[in-house]
Amino acid sequence: MVGQRGWRRWAVVVLFLGPSLVPLLLFTLGPMAASIGLSFLKWDLLRPPNLVGFANFTNVLVDPDFQAAVGHTLFFIVGYLPLVYVGGLLLALALNQRVRGLSFFRAAYFLPVVTSWVVVALMWKWLLNPDSGMVNFALGLVGIKGPGWWTDPGWAMPSIILASAWKDLGFVMVILLAGLQSIPEDYYEAASVDGAGRWARFRRITLPLLTPSSFFVLVISLINSFQVFDQVWVMTGGGPAGSSSVVVEQIVRHAFSYQQMGYASAMSWLLFAVILVVTVFQFRLQRRWVNYA
Amino acid sequence: MRSRAVPLAALLSNPPVGRWSAWRRTAPQAALYVALIAVAIVMLFPFVWMVSTSLTSDAQLFVTPPQLIPSPFVPGNYARVADDFPLGAFLRNSLIVAAISTTLQVATSAMAAYAFARLQFRGRDALFLVYLATLMVPLQVIVVPLFIEMRFLNFVNSYPGLILPSIASAFGTFLLRQAFLTLPRELEEAAFIDGASHWTVFRRIVLPLSGPAIATFGIFAFMASWNSFLWPLIVTSSQDLMTLPVGLSNLHGRYATAWNLVMAGSTISVIPIVLVYLVAQRHVVRGVALSGLKG
Repeated sequence: MVGQRGWRRWAVVVLFLGPSLVPLLLFTLGPMAASIGLSFLKWDLLRPPNLVGFANFTNVLVDPDFQAAVGHTLFFIVGYLPLVYVGGLLLALALNQRVRGLSFFRAAYFLPVVTSWVVVALMWKWLLNPDSGMVNFALGLVGIKGPGWWTDPGWAMPSIILASAWKDLGFVMVILLAGLQSIPEDYYEAASVDGAGRWARFRRITLPLLTPSSFFVLVISLINSFQVFDQVWVMTGGGPAGSSSVVVEQIVRHAFSYQQMGYASAMSWLLFAVILVVTVFQFRLQRRWVNYA
Repeated sequence: MRSRAVPLAALLSNPPVGRWSAWRRTAPQAALYVALIAVAIVMLFPFVWMVSTSLTSDAQLFVTPPQLIPSPFVPGNYARVADDFPLGAFLRNSLIVAAISTTLQVATSAMAAYAFARLQFRGRDALFLVYLATLMVPLQVIVVPLFIEMRFLNFVNSYPGLILPSIASAFGTFLLRQAFLTLPRELEEAAFIDGASHWTVFRRIVLPLSGPAIATFGIFAFMASWNSFLWPLIVTSSQDLMTLPVGLSNLHGRYATAWNLVMAGSTISVIPIVLVYLVAQRHVVRGVALSGLKG
């Protein structure tokens, strides 16, 4: 009797959980485990795989293309993160002023977020066209000779950063705006009564109480920045002359152009390890600067 | 920090001549609106320019100054793109993949969420942690083995290959579990006393009461699928199976400088997602904000 009831209970659990657990095992957890194994193989999918130990990892680490890609990815992060955070914060602060037409502005600023990366990359590639793009035309009107943007090795990555910040501003804004709106009005009133000016209120109330939202946005944006790919692939393909190649683009190239499955998996694992370490580090660091009221 | 909103019209009808104090109050407001409108133009103009370029003739494409309103007006660009590329197939593939994977993700996530929120079983919390952990794994880490797996199953360049990796969602499970946990248990307990099964309670009570959360996740899943690029890029090779983003990137590869045609293709791919966004803005914003998994 008890055995049968226990059996029935497990049947219910399996019925509810199975349809999601089985695909997760087959298409997420399984491949994840497999990619560890793959990273120790030399395999082009045509001939049988060879076990090569840590050779893939040691080769990746001294691969100049990979090192350059890591450098470009870091350059992307350093350029993109401050831009999107400060921009998003300014927009959130502006929209937190009980403005008229709030829903219009919010909708307009958020529109790029829902647009696919491929479309955004194409739009910006056209806007940043060196000879007949709208941006260089507008710069010309104020007497500035615009750069070659994505056709110039020195400007390819800045072009990608610009398009990326444009696309993600709305995302940062929405999260920070929600954070701003959860700060109780009384704090500001009390501070005003005590004679605190605008700047003091911003420094002593807004910024500290916004740190949980800022932390969330920075962690998510940083994780996503390490994985930057779509916009690079469409805007420059990593060029010109490899000047904007990034880590994920290298993974895709090695796996699907050069058929180096093990080598690409080793890169994936290095990337994942870096993301994991940086994220854990951020969570450790948050005790120093994030205030959970 | 917060100040009283001053309508723009009032600003314009009250010129601040000789009224310094009023000007001091309204000037920052005016500056704020100017800045907000300027940013709105920066955010919206690329879309306007995309549509405008898509209607421009080849000859007018590279003229200076660029023409905001194309003359002549060339809607034929859309037909030209459609002649060269199976746009209909791209659109159909994107719709099929997004519809099926969204439906399945909502169904499987809701069921798993019910198990985590309402069923008692050994190892439940540990298993839930495993679900949360998979949220940390970026697609890039599993894309190589996933491709090999699909090749082994003979699903490369097929609908199953496109869809299977996204029929379950740890994020959806997490989101819906949170929603289910906030539901009052009294209704369910009454139903169990009347002899209802878990399945009945799930279908007749929990699901109907969780409409907003399900809508939020459903729209999020649809948009994520509609915009996804890396996996469809890798798993499809023939044009009749490509989704819109992959087809568009191909189209750009072919028409390197025919920006009017590229923008026509882009416009077509943007329309459905903009419609979804305009209709369900609240859910869209919430879903994206909750997940942090952008576009």
